[in-house]
Amino acid sequence: MAPTAEAVLEIRDLVKHFPLTQGIVFKKQVGAVKAVDGVSFDLYRGETLGVVGESGCGKSTLAKLLMVLERPTAGSVHYKGQDIYKLRGKDFKAMRRNVQIILQDPYTSLNPRMTVADIVGEPFDIHPEVAPKGDRRRKVQELLEVVGLNPEHINRYPHQFSGGQRQRIGIARGLALRPEVIICDEPVSALDVSVQAQVINLLEGLQNEFNLSYIFIAHDLSVVRHIADRVAVMYLGSLVEIGTDQQIYETPTHPYTQALLSAVPVPNPVGRGERERILLSGDVPSPADPPSGCRFRTRCFKAADKCAREVPLLEVRPGSPHPSACHFAEIKPVVDTVDA
Amino acid sequence: MTDYRATQERDRGQAPGAVSPAPGTGGTDASAVTPGVTTYPAAIAGGEVGGRPSSLASDAWADLRRKPLFWLSASFILLMAVVAIRPQLFTGQDPYECDLLNSVKRPSSGHWFGYDIQGCDYYTRVIYGARPSISIGILVTIMSVIIALVLGALAGYYGGWVDTLVSRSADIFLGIPFLLGAIVFLNAFERRGVWVVALALTVLGWMTLARLMRSSVIQARDMDYVSAARALGASDTRILVRHILPNAVTPLIVYATVTIGIIISAEATLSFLNVGLQLPSISWGLQIQDAQFRFESDPHLLLFPSLFLSLTVLSFMVLGDVVRDAFDPKLR
Amino acid sequence: MRGGVARAVNGVSYTLNPGETLAVLGESGSGKSVTAEAIVGILDSPPGFIPKGEVRFRGDNLLALPEARRRQIRGQHVAMIFQDALSALNPVHTVGSQIGEMFRVHRGMSKADARKRAIELMDLVRIPAARARVDDYPHQFSGGMRQRIMIAMSIALDPDVLIADEPTTALDVTVQAQIMDLLAELQRERNMGLILITHDLGVVADVADKIAVMYAGRIVEEAPVHEIYANPAHPYTEGLLASIPRVDMKGQELYAIKGLPPNLMHIPSGCPFHPRCPYRRDDVCTTKVPPLYDVGPARGSACHFWEEVLDGSNR
Repeated sequence: MAPTAEAVLEIRDLVKHFPLTQGIVFKKQVGAVKAVDGVSFDLYRGETLGVVGESGCGKSTLAKLLMVLERPTAGSVHYKGQDIYKLRGKDFKAMRRNVQIILQDPYTSLNPRMTVADIVGEPFDIHPEVAPKGDRRRKVQELLEVVGLNPEHINRYPHQFSGGQRQRIGIARGLALRPEVIICDEPVSALDVSVQAQVINLLEGLQNEFNLSYIFIAHDLSVVRHIADRVAVMYLGSLVEIGTDQQIYETPTHPYTQALLSAVPVPNPVGRGERERILLSGDVPSPADPPSGCRFRTRCFKAADKCAREVPLLEVRPGSPHPSACHFAEIKPVVDTVDA
Repeated sequence: MTDYRATQERDRGQAPGAVSPAPGTGGTDASAVTPGVTTYPAAIAGGEVGGRPSSLASDAWADLRRKPLFWLSASFILLMAVVAIRPQLFTGQDPYECDLLNSVKRPSSGHWFGYDIQGCDYYTRVIYGARPSISIGILVTIMSVIIALVLGALAGYYGGWVDTLVSRSADIFLGIPFLLGAIVFLNAFERRGVWVVALALTVLGWMTLARLMRSSVIQARDMDYVSAARALGASDTRILVRHILPNAVTPLIVYATVTIGIIISAEATLSFLNVGLQLPSISWGLQIQDAQFRFESDPHLLLFPSLFLSLTVLSFMVLGDVVRDAFDPKLR
Repeated sequence: MRGGVARAVNGVSYTLNPGETLAVLGESGSGKSVTAEAIVGILDSPPGFIPKGEVRFRGDNLLALPEARRRQIRGQHVAMIFQDALSALNPVHTVGSQIGEMFRVHRGMSKADARKRAIELMDLVRIPAARARVDDYPHQFSGGMRQRIMIAMSIALDPDVLIADEPTTALDVTVQAQIMDLLAELQRERNMGLILITHDLGVVADVADKIAVMYAGRIVEEAPVHEIYANPAHPYTEGLLASIPRVDMKGQELYAIKGLPPNLMHIPSGCPFHPRCPYRRDDVCTTKVPPLYDVGPARGSACHFWEEVLDGSNR
């Protein structure tokens, strides 16, 4: 599906700081974890935007912000022209209906004391206007069928299913209200390889069928490459590079993206040991105390004085045809990732 | 509409290439934009994670059923419950029908437990003593559970100042020495019946259950299914009632069982110390108090109420213990 | 959930030569970790037990040795690192004393000497400022650094065999690359045998010399790394390799092995893979357990129709 240019979500300068406090009765703020620090991008109708990054880069917080499970410190997210953080009452509920989520852990994302009928039917309880009461059971069974589960298993409990099946139940719940946008927070990373492929196929098929837009958050770069139309790379709370899947995977311009791609092991032993690998030194700094200027400079092989002084903006640069947040952005094809 | 299994069966002869797409999977499905219901079969073929349908509760029940300790404690509790509700079933005599001539007579064939100092049939007195003891145990536990449910759920779910208020109040009450507090509180009352004693024990004993509830609500609150419900637009009430409470009450129920035992012995202690129930009430604590100075001459006066008290308390404790083990998923 | 024996591992054999890397590949529940635990002798027993089999280390059967002797071998010759370094390290002792412990127990070194060796080892696994950090506690290190500490402990006594159970699964890719690099280098320098237990086909392709693929507690395929990636001889391996997302498959449906991994309490009759297998023939596969057929030099496949599998994937 070629994405059309209509933006469904417009994310502007989104910031989320978690205060660090001391004291129990009289709390005093001593700092802040800058989990998400100025993120902007658009999500177009029918497209899949992949968000990749390592643990602690803020991608999960971003998902929570987009779902309004957390409220941002600053910034806005516009859905159909309205700021979702300013919506109240009926409008807010309508937004909820159209933006849904699929969570990572199929073991904790389903209430163990509810049957599949209750879990998948809950969206209808909350938004009764979507399905008349008598119709719900049939609707739930239909949803189960759509996600490839046996509709007769409607009265079972989550623990009677395997991880992959449980993830399908979660997907059915996310689909129930016929949303336009689904935020997938690491939807396959808890699954076995052989089951992962099944769930990815399901997500892609559903997207085609219902013209869904996905924000697909993951740390597995090859999965994102397979499913995403555009990819955003996150590091320490901000986007460092964004572009089409080809731009990011074939002509990355940010050194972090390049290092990330080169670190992914290629599932093909031919030519191993000859591939160039950019080994980053050290660990990701703490988001409570990020480096000045460019956040990546402490691990960057290109770092110069300028990087400590000036924050590089995410923009198109002479060395980068797509937005890249590096003063020295430059195309460097890294790997022919999985070309066997 | 693609039936994946059928495709694979058909193409069994010509194997899928090592790293190339499996036959029939690529092309057909990419164009599965067919209106209506498209299915993406998966797991149906593989079946479910083996075995019969079960839930935590039914697993726990299956576990309990095979434990002799469970049956032993549960049947003793049941027996004592019947004794407390209808003592007439177990003795034909009136506990207040006494004859001083029989004072402290030893156990005999017609009167297994002998007579107390007033000349009342001791068996009848001990049987009638069950009611106040057990009612106080159950009353206090029910009231504490209600307090714990409300305060624990509010503190755990909303956090912030609600939590601070509840937690600090619990701390303050926990700071009061139990016996001292009970003595001071109960001494303020002229006449002390079952309700007054139950009230005192509740006021001094709700904290542990409330704290337990709070922590298990916090645990459930952070589960992904709560996030999922919130993302669907569920209200706070719905999230609390449908998602958090059902997953948070198990430890509360289990601990409440143990609490009944603790409260029964606390009541006996208070009555023994002369600040609990008063004569002419009949209770195990009062009987033990009466008997304390006559242990050498009339040991049976101490023996029988103590025996019933210990067995009842022990049964509740044991029951709580085995139920906790059965509900602990980490032990399976 | 209860009442029954889960056959986690069933008739598994493999050999490892000095300096060689054997990758044991499998999904969760395939028995790959249990095998390793049985080798090192840290399988919790009860409830776990090993009905039969032997682990020969330089000719001695480890399973038959008395516990004391086995413990000696475990420390000195066979070492193990785990996925979760944080829980494998003791939180109340400094990392220096935990590394040094190895020298004090097995080599009878003094406290000061052990500490010195601990610093050397931390340097060796490239922990920055080792001298300053030797008295830190495990929680003060990041995930990648903790895994380095685990590695330092495991190579302290110059083991002949190192078993790494999902050593990088909990780590980010950039850190994973650092750790795998370190392991490869240490192995080369010390001529260690390395058993790498993992589910990551990428990591395996990068470092392994030979591979044993496990499914439902059995080895279903064994082969040198190049052969197995070029031309798998078992349908399960074939399915796994085909389900990796690839560039030229963009926009198309991924190959997916149908069905689910089996429950170890109810392993299917005959070939355990038959309910998910596209090559299945009901008369044979549901009744006869396939032995590990010899399918080429140093290659084995537990599939009755391995010839078809090999054949069909000629590209």
